[in-house]
Amino acid sequence: MKITIDAEKCCAAGQCVLVAPEVFDQRDEDGVVVLLDAEPPAEQHDAVREAAAICPAAVIEVQE
Amino acid sequence: MTEMIDTTVPAAPAPLPVQPPSGCPFDPPTEFGTLRAEEPISRISLPDGSWSWLATRYADIRAILGDTRFSSDTTLHGYPLSGMTGGASTKNRGFIRMDPPEHTRLRRMVTREFMVKRVEALRPEIQRLTDELCDALERRAGEPVDLVEALALPVPSLVISLLLGVPYDDHDVFQRLTGKLLSRTIAEDEREAARGELRDYLDQLVTAKEKEPGDDILGRLIVEQQQTGEITHDEVAAFAALLLVAGHETTANMIGLSALTLMRSPETAERLRREPGLIRGAVEELLRFHSIIRNGPRRVATTDIEIGGRLIRAGEGVVVAVPSGNRDATVFEAPDRLDIARPNSQHHVAFGYGIHQCLGQALARVELQVVIATLLRRFPTMRPAVPLDEIPFRTDMAIYGCHSLPVTW
Ligand code: SF4
Repeated sequence: MKITIDAEKCCAAGQCVLVAPEVFDQRDEDGVVVLLDAEPPAEQHDAVREAAAICPAAVIEVQE
Repeated sequence: MTEMIDTTVPAAPAPLPVQPPSGCPFDPPTEFGTLRAEEPISRISLPDGSWSWLATRYADIRAILGDTRFSSDTTLHGYPLSGMTGGASTKNRGFIRMDPPEHTRLRRMVTREFMVKRVEALRPEIQRLTDELCDALERRAGEPVDLVEALALPVPSLVISLLLGVPYDDHDVFQRLTGKLLSRTIAEDEREAARGELRDYLDQLVTAKEKEPGDDILGRLIVEQQQTGEITHDEVAAFAALLLVAGHETTANMIGLSALTLMRSPETAERLRREPGLIRGAVEELLRFHSIIRNGPRRVATTDIEIGGRLIRAGEGVVVAVPSGNRDATVFEAPDRLDIARPNSQHHVAFGYGIHQCLGQALARVELQVVIATLLRRFPTMRPAVPLDEIPFRTDMAIYGCHSLPVTW
């Protein structure tokens, strides 16, 4: 799995951080998403897919 | 002659449905189910006689809210303003009524204040406030108490006042004005008067804070954005109005409805007491189930766009039915059942969707988790003090809930 993010579009509501805190974080200055791990281990994959599905601004793209 | 958009009501459509089916105040209006099946993008009439599209299916709702060609700019021609409630008039309307790039610029000035980490750090303080209010509640054992007044409203109100730096002592003033702004039944001029009164109140508050900015959201906006010329005094006041109004009745009504639902469903309450780890999922499910936003969000199409097989033309308005999307059986299995262990409850659109999705959602979640868990733990025998049909439900308000909730234990 490979994740790319388009942080420009992020509206910083933090859904991704709630679902997959080991993969996503938020920048202290403005809450915009930070990708902690672009190629997370298998046990994170479900959470990442869920984060991509509920991200309201279509920021997170996942390639399997 | 340029083509005119027809704004008359073609087939006398009905207004936006607001009445829950008889006998079940927790379900959204029956019409939504019919519309989802038969005419998912339909027309409704607005109070001024104009019409708007109404979207009732989950997929269409996400498509509309996720597409910035559906504009949030309330100053655009065709925006369905009629009957809309909320905290700001067209001038200094706050970022939720704007499109990018202004929306992005302004929203980002406050996003860090509501980010997950910041809000999690507030959890102990929210717990402390909740415990204090519950202590006071305990002392009133035996008499019927209005849970809205005693707990559901004070928690979010205290928290947002604290964060913004608005004196909580003034809560009578801003709670009364917020109530008027969100009423569906008061006359437009009365709402405008309330809006003016709130504007004056916040204008004075911001002026006082300009002299002495505190360590709070408004203080930081003044020091970091206003004094550096990024935004004006009026824009700080608009932020204050938006965050103050948005922080109030939404969470308060979710607390009230959640408490009532759990009192009426003792097995669910017992399960939550036994397995406190379920509280996060339970809150998502309660958000999905209750879907308290009954009056929008709304958008106007900036170009011709096809949604759900219908062509929505540039300049036409759209009202999105959040409660309907959250009861869409193609997404949520047995959607009318409250299931606190539902695997996909967090796919709900109770906080909206797209770039305008609720900024304060992390805060709302923590408040709901803390208050509901505390209430269940400390008042296991709490029950409504009146029959269900004597509880005044808020079909007259943009935010659904109960006006008051008499309880005893
Ligand atoms: S869920 Fe999407 S929009 Fe929200 S913080 Fe994460 S990446 Fe940004």
